Amino acid sequence: MSNGTRTENFRSWFMDKLLMGMSWPEYSRRLITPFNMVAAIILSIGIPLMAIRFVYGLASVTHASNEYPWGILLGWGLFGGVPLSATGFVMGTAYYIFGFKGYKPLVRLGILTGFLGYLFAVIYLMTDLGRPWRIYYPMIIGFGTASVLFLVAWHVATYLTVQFIEFSEAILEWLKSRRVYKWATMIVIGMTIAGIILSTLHQSALGALFLLAPGKLHPLWYSSYLPHLFLSSSIYAALAMVIVVSTLVAKFLPGAADNNFLRNLDRLTVGLGKGACVGMFVYFALKLVGVAHDNNWYLLGTPYGEWFLLEILGFVLLPAMMLTYGVKNSSPGIVRFGAFYAVIGVVLNRINVSIIAFNWNLPDHLHHIIPPWQEFAIVAAIAMIHMLIFRWIVNRMPVVREEPEYKELH
Amino acid sequence: MDKIIKNPETEEKSKQEKEDSKISRRGFLTGSAAAIGGAALVGTYKDASAYKEFSGWPGRFGCLTDLTACVGCRSCEKACNEANNLPKPDVPFDDSSVFKEMRRPTAHAYTVVNQYKNPKDENKPLYRKVQCNHCNEPACASACPIHAYTKTPEGAVLYNPEKCFGCRYCMIACPFYVPAYDYESALEPKIVKCVMCYARIKTGGIPACADACPVGAITFGKRSELINVARKKIMTNPDRYINHIYGEHEVGGTSWLYISGVPFEHYGFPANLPKKPLIEETKGFLGAVPVVFTVWPALFGTIYASLRHREDMEKQKHGEEEEKK
Ligand code: SF4
Ligand code: SF4
Ligand code: SF4
Repeated sequence: MSNGTRTENFRSWFMDKLLMGMSWPEYSRRLITPFNMVAAIILSIGIPLMAIRFVYGLASVTHASNEYPWGILLGWGLFGGVPLSATGFVMGTAYYIFGFKGYKPLVRLGILTGFLGYLFAVIYLMTDLGRPWRIYYPMIIGFGTASVLFLVAWHVATYLTVQFIEFSEAILEWLKSRRVYKWATMIVIGMTIAGIILSTLHQSALGALFLLAPGKLHPLWYSSYLPHLFLSSSIYAALAMVIVVSTLVAKFLPGAADNNFLRNLDRLTVGLGKGACVGMFVYFALKLVGVAHDNNWYLLGTPYGEWFLLEILGFVLLPAMMLTYGVKNSSPGIVRFGAFYAVIGVVLNRINVSIIAFNWNLPDHLHHIIPPWQEFAIVAAIAMIHMLIFRWIVNRMPVVREEPEYKELH
Repeated sequence: MDKIIKNPETEEKSKQEKEDSKISRRGFLTGSAAAIGGAALVGTYKDASAYKEFSGWPGRFGCLTDLTACVGCRSCEKACNEANNLPKPDVPFDDSSVFKEMRRPTAHAYTVVNQYKNPKDENKPLYRKVQCNHCNEPACASACPIHAYTKTPEGAVLYNPEKCFGCRYCMIACPFYVPAYDYESALEPKIVKCVMCYARIKTGGIPACADACPVGAITFGKRSELINVARKKIMTNPDRYINHIYGEHEVGGTSWLYISGVPFEHYGFPANLPKKPLIEETKGFLGAVPVVFTVWPALFGTIYASLRHREDMEKQKHGEEEEKK
């Protein structure tokens, strides 16, 4: 092969894979959209702030203090992000273990959402860690085996790997690798079950982290049921999140999807909605059991009690009823609305546990938890990179469509 | 300064016990790292109980602060600053203007003295020196995923910055809001907290703050003996003290103990803490980990197998019917 053809080959590979079959000028012209403009602005503010954080320390961009070691970087990025990333495990379990074959068009989307969700949870965490370059320490340097966070670290790392392997099929298909082969069924089942184990444990572990702080977390949120609450809400959060993500893909990236995906989406949305609303009622009941167990009813009359009621009535029960209504009337539109609402509710719960109800008894508490704008800007930038990478992958790899030549492999 | 004279006999015994537990600890730490790594996923959570064995070091030391004696002179702050080579303070140690606000230990100060309102007499404010309480079963140590904290046989809870990656979960977990973090540092941020003057007590000395107190408000000694001292003080002066030794039972007991003339809430001590060590709260969860690892594969494996089996049966039936036709 002469040098010339090789360059030519590379060029066509580059255009085909990275520019989605367009030439440079065409591709760059296509990049100028209002969304991308907003993205550029957010990144141009957030990325320099990230650099400042790494050069001048956390104090330069966060409100982190000795009483408030954790802020929105973790409250949003880790505690909010991980339940919304249960999508891979929930869709994998439904499809591979319980045999809901009809959900096939959404399985890869679920896995990608989960994989990126975890990846970015780790990125938020690394932004917040004092010495992020030591992230591997719990694996090699010291074993705090009595620590719940030790469990979280191991499980998130392992699960991230499992999800990457699960998603690698799509990457290989995209590269048109001749070596794509279907994972042996038993391996897929094995990975799915590993995913179930790891997910049940670390989802609940995120709640269990706060069990160590009975004196600091408001009694309405502190409960020995915290692990159960975190786990059960992550399951419905995942179902709702698949609805949210698939809705966004169908609306904004229809070109990346095949007919199979687009045609079945409404029906599948209602099906997922059904699962989500069952999960939400279970969670709602568990929340009440938690209050009853500690006999905390009397606290409901306090300001924090009102906030608690707003959370469980306004952001759990109400979206659950909305989903029920949508499912009963087979209305994908209402189900979608309910799903967006439910997802917001889960994030609100995690922010409540990790930020708003934490240290509630310190003077001036509500004043202290307001993050500085720099912290918001960093969070916005990371979230934007997350979205851009998600879009980049969905546009190129077979996530919501099937590659014809690999079809028979599935 | 007060110092309880050590009884040589119990000293000998405790030394022996110390040696013993050291050995068992070493045994527990051996075993290849890989084994620990693998087991880490499944959870070698019997270690959680191993913690318990180590926390009850018999001859461990402690301090007893008599809050009724403290006059708020801040000599202890100064002594601590000098003994531990901490940076010079912004406000000199003899300046009482610091009492205008509530302070807490920071990245530059292991201990601070605060002023509180006296519910009995407005004109006689109360003072308390705040520092690490060196818990018997420290929540900070249970929290740390890298085992950066050690409860030493001497009673001091020590932190090792070489291991820490700065997650600050120990700060979340400490019920007394003790560990501070130097957020200012980009390259070497670390947790900062009182070390119970470990180097001094190891060589038979006493903590600098206890040594410096002009009114003898801080007594250093064996924890078990300090409890007796505290009891005796309370018994002989029932008008002066309330009948509560703070730290005797709170979160499983602390090495630093306090006696006071007014309920401890007036000194800003948390009053809502359980008596059992905080690690107990997570034991149920950690205990369930191995169960999930064994039950889940069996459960979901069975579900998978039985559903596939049913599908196959149905397919077969379907096939037979087709054939009949
Ligand atoms: S007071 Fe806090 S920092 Fe000190 S040993 Fe106890 S838990 Fe750890
Ligand atoms: S901040 Fe450091 S010492 Fe504290 S829990 Fe995290 S790793 Fe351990
Ligand atoms: S024991 Fe030592 S380190 Fe702790 S406050 Fe006293 S002087 Fe400072």
